[in-house]
Amino acid sequence: MGLFSIFKKKKSQDNKALEKANKYKLGMAKTRNGLMNKLKGLFTSYNEVTEDLFDDLTDIFIMADIGVETTLDFIEELKEDERVEDVTTPEELHPIIVDKMFELYLKNEIVDTSLNIKEDDLSVLLFVGVNGVGKTTTIAKIAHRLVEEGKKVLLAAGDTFRAGAIDQLKVWGERLGLNVVCKAEGSDPSSVIFDAIQIAKEEKYDVLLCDTAGRLQNKTNLMAELEKMNRVIKKEIPDGPHETLLVIDATTGQNGLSQAEAFKEITDVTGVVLTKLDGTSKGGIVLAIRDKYNLPIKFVGLGEKMEDLEYFDLEDYIYGLFGDDDE
Amino acid sequence: MPFESLSERLGMALRRLTGRGRINENDIDEMMKEVRVSLLEADVNYKVVKAFIKDVKEKSLGERVMKSLTPGDQVLKIVDEELKMLMGEEATPINMNPNGTTVILLAGLQGSGKTTHAGKLASYLRKHYNSKPLLVAADIYRPAAVNQLVTLGKQLNIDVYEQGTSKKPEDIVKEALAYAKAKSNNVVIIDTAGRLSIDEALMQELVNIKNIAKPHEILLAVDAMTGQDAVNVAIQFNNALSVTGCILTKLDSDTRGGAALSIRYMTNIPIKFCGMGEKLDQIEVFHPDRMASRILGMGDVLTLIDKATENIDETEAMNIAERLQKGYFNYYDFLKQLKMIKRMGSLKGILSLLPGMGKQLKNIDIDDKKFVYIESIIGSMTNEERKNPELVNTSRSRKERIAKGSGRSYPEVNNLTQQFETMKKQMKQMMGLSEDEMEKMSKGQYVPNMPKQKAKKGKGKNKGGFRF
Repeated sequence: MGLFSIFKKKKSQDNKALEKANKYKLGMAKTRNGLMNKLKGLFTSYNEVTEDLFDDLTDIFIMADIGVETTLDFIEELKEDERVEDVTTPEELHPIIVDKMFELYLKNEIVDTSLNIKEDDLSVLLFVGVNGVGKTTTIAKIAHRLVEEGKKVLLAAGDTFRAGAIDQLKVWGERLGLNVVCKAEGSDPSSVIFDAIQIAKEEKYDVLLCDTAGRLQNKTNLMAELEKMNRVIKKEIPDGPHETLLVIDATTGQNGLSQAEAFKEITDVTGVVLTKLDGTSKGGIVLAIRDKYNLPIKFVGLGEKMEDLEYFDLEDYIYGLFGDDDE
Repeated sequence: MPFESLSERLGMALRRLTGRGRINENDIDEMMKEVRVSLLEADVNYKVVKAFIKDVKEKSLGERVMKSLTPGDQVLKIVDEELKMLMGEEATPINMNPNGTTVILLAGLQGSGKTTHAGKLASYLRKHYNSKPLLVAADIYRPAAVNQLVTLGKQLNIDVYEQGTSKKPEDIVKEALAYAKAKSNNVVIIDTAGRLSIDEALMQELVNIKNIAKPHEILLAVDAMTGQDAVNVAIQFNNALSVTGCILTKLDSDTRGGAALSIRYMTNIPIKFCGMGEKLDQIEVFHPDRMASRILGMGDVLTLIDKATENIDETEAMNIAERLQKGYFNYYDFLKQLKMIKRMGSLKGILSLLPGMGKQLKNIDIDDKKFVYIESIIGSMTNEERKNPELVNTSRSRKERIAKGSGRSYPEVNNLTQQFETMKKQMKQMMGLSEDEMEKMSKGQYVPNMPKQKAKKGKGKNKGGFRF
């Protein structure tokens, strides 16, 4: 596993980091236990590697919402893996499965989870996604993180549609001590973003985080509205937006693929934020999204507080899904 | 579209069987695999899928499928019937208290759409039950959740009871009930904070609210795009609260909505409403029977199968298929096929029943008269010519005579005979194709030894042309 050690976070750097890592594990614990027990149970209930075992394995993947096609391909490849030929007991499959999960996710690339924030100039981050996935909460969490890193952060209330959305961001702004650029409910979200960029430039902000209204990816007019917002940013800041983060709810099923495809077409999605991973859902669809649309997962949301956000840690995630119970 | 519909999947599985006549149990297994993948792609819970497949397989092994000429269609019908049976045929109405105030409690995960649907439901009940609803803001946790409900109340001109975020939700609810009595609100809708089903403290809060409010309806808001976990969430909320119904939200998305089936199957909780858009009047009574074909991703293909079953004579179709295979296909057979298709209705009507065709059809001019022309051309042939298409094909003078007799032009007659020959060749070859070649062909790739298609008439893609 040495190859993948670069993805291991320096967890013991200081106590704070350790605390966070623990929270991550706590958040993942339910996920971990559920799946791991299933995987362990599976391996102990079989004496040899059989077709039925692979079928049950498929069920475990499906249950985690890893896409159907991705799962079926994965299992096929696993069966054909030359290492599997030499396997005598089901337990020996375990490291091979984990290995192959890494391969599936990494695809021989170095996946960078860090945000593309410029050192000496304004960076604009755009948050997109369907309704109710947690965009506004995620913005607050990322803002909190950036503030802690010493950045001067501005928020733009680009969800002018949903009742109370502007207020929601304002409440977070107050809690974080940040300014929020907003207009009346029902105004053009692009104009809010335009104004926010002007203010951010004039007042020399480091980062501008743009909230947008939740929109279902099959609503043409709403997707056109998003395209316009993207265009406005591009016009004002030629290399912006520096990040476009697609927020995906961990409870999402196969529709996550359709979401990734549609949002990627309209904007230059640079990464995924997987929210609500502290629940019982596994959020496996993000693995399929990575597989099919090459979008890396940048953050995971693990609670409702502003601290409840962690960089996506592939090792933690995969071991969380399939790992050993040694922690 | 990221998903293939079940009918397409079954179609592919069936091509493995083409030309082999009756099917056997292995073939059924192959088809069951396709049904399984299709349901999993629709987010139906894997346990539900397993149980479901078992049922469908048993039924499919009966005569109806095994002896049918169109086994794929029959399996499809069984799947559909089973789904409909599981989902329930009829909509389940909301429980209204006939003598007094109706209290409705909304619960669910974060972001499932509780607050929006509290507003929608209030508006719906005011309109359809002539009631005077009160909305209660009991979500004190999410920033601005109270404001959201207040704003919705203003938009709808419906009363909202709120106490900010400093009081306990239990107390807010208690006061709201007294308030409703004083203001003679006969419907009280309680919006609660989104919570994880494993959050014991917050689940206890819901139980407390339930004990105080004694609701007539406890509605669980479930996002229609939810994956495998929908079942667990429903079970956990149900265990804590005894949920009386679901609202399936965001059903206007492009999800296939298998969560609906999973929840129904595993908890027997009826889905009472569905959210169909962001506007406040976009809430509908949920019709479970319509959900079945959506989960299968098939539009009205099933209606089409019904029509085909009613109107196509299987023995006759079988005869034609056999003749085709042996290379005997002639104009008599062609005419019979045309008549069968015509019995199903206009071509435009038939096509409009296919999923995804509705919109495209607007711009396409389908001339049902073409059928009549073809019939009149064939009608002007001699018996010999109909039995032996070669005669017409090779003789210009015969074609000219037929053109005069039928009142159509020479090129039309020529066209028909050419198309007939191409179709005949294609169908014959298709029956001998392997599955790989079939797949290539359906993707528009080159397959050696296949005649070039001159005029795409939408025939010949399916075996025999009478299979839809």
